[in-house]
Amino acid sequence: MTQNDLFGRHLIQRDREWHPPAYAPDYKTSVARSPKLALLSIENTASELTGPTFGHGDIDPIDSDLLRNYASTGDPIGERIIVHGRVLDENARPVPHTMVEIWQANAGGRYRHRKDSYLAPIDPNFGGCGRTLTDAEGRYAFRTVKPGAYPWRNWVNNWRPAHIHFSVFGTAFAQRLITQMYFEGDPLIAKCPIVRTIPDQRAIDQLVAVLDLNASVPLDSIAYKFDIVLRGHRSTFFENRPEGN
Amino acid sequence: MVQTLPYLKESASQTAGPYVHIGLAPGAAGFDIYRRELGHDIAGPHPNGERITVTGSVFDGTGAPVKDVLIEVWQANADGLYPGTDDVEDGFRGWGRVIPDFDTGAFRFDTVKPGAVTDRDGRRMAPHLNLWLVARGINVGLNTRMYFGDEPGANAADPVLALVEQAHRRDTLIARAEGATYHFDVRLQGDGETVFFDI
Repeated sequence: MTQNDLFGRHLIQRDREWHPPAYAPDYKTSVARSPKLALLSIENTASELTGPTFGHGDIDPIDSDLLRNYASTGDPIGERIIVHGRVLDENARPVPHTMVEIWQANAGGRYRHRKDSYLAPIDPNFGGCGRTLTDAEGRYAFRTVKPGAYPWRNWVNNWRPAHIHFSVFGTAFAQRLITQMYFEGDPLIAKCPIVRTIPDQRAIDQLVAVLDLNASVPLDSIAYKFDIVLRGHRSTFFENRPEGN
Repeated sequence: MVQTLPYLKESASQTAGPYVHIGLAPGAAGFDIYRRELGHDIAGPHPNGERITVTGSVFDGTGAPVKDVLIEVWQANADGLYPGTDDVEDGFRGWGRVIPDFDTGAFRFDTVKPGAVTDRDGRRMAPHLNLWLVARGINVGLNTRMYFGDEPGANAADPVLALVEQAHRRDTLIARAEGATYHFDVRLQGDGETVFFDI
């Protein structure tokens, strides 16, 4: 493939009414960090339709096992979980060989970050980040502990629901996405001002991982399934493109 | 009733939050976990073209620096070619992650100046870096471009800059050149607000 092969391609327009708006005043930090002027919509060029790629030489298999990738004296404290799913595009096609990165608090709700001062303790055996590549069918899996809820400064008494941050690449820089995964049944989801920046309840539901007992390891780890959808390519019928649609 | 369309919806974005560094740049968060962190070297050891340095800061609507921002850079090589799509020199990744100094908010990175890339209508776009900004308080990552102040002719002919209706706002996308160093500030909101793109 060369840049010339990209000319017939377009990504499906991002649905800005499905995503949170930049300005969401109940999430206070967004107030001064949200552009006020309209975004400039541009047609995709090679700059947007290409993107970085990663291979197995870039990462190690241990990187996807958060129970082990920072452990020194034993396993981390907490509920052992498997998070697995697929990266798909809006055409329901798998996105193979793309990098998925995650980060999260430990079971007590504390992040291993120099800026986090929450009183819950750091877990000496838990780093809180992982990365992997999807397989040919777009599948990925991580092993970790379930993160704890934690308080944050927004209103005086705000608590984040348990969540895992996800970063996904796709094949085009315009597909780049960061989002958060929540856990089925968590009553804090409905009360969280960050979750509620998303205007459409169906879009929120899409970020809630479902308990998946079939993927659990009996007497070891419980599993949650979380699929991620990136922007797809839209059909360009009747454009002069020899390889077809 | 009508037939239903088979499309899925893109997963909604959520803020990267204050601890984005744990996931994407753990060294900056204060710990060492991976054999190799990704995104430290955009151009590789033997890039073609002119080596450059980019400096700047990201400011919020009150004028304060955004010290917890993370910027991803995606760029063509000096011949205007993107890795993965076209053949580029060994080691040229075209992609990097930039984190400012947590105390001052000032960022700095090294790369090479990209060549012109052709748009879908065959027009040459002026050399530019594609930038994507995420941070606490940014609900959907912000896309913009950095053009080069010492390319006035190419910038004047650039089809994307030409789309900016208010001509003076084009300057928000053009870095100030001082030799091989380019200074580029991003303003999220207010006076001099940077032009951000819906791509």
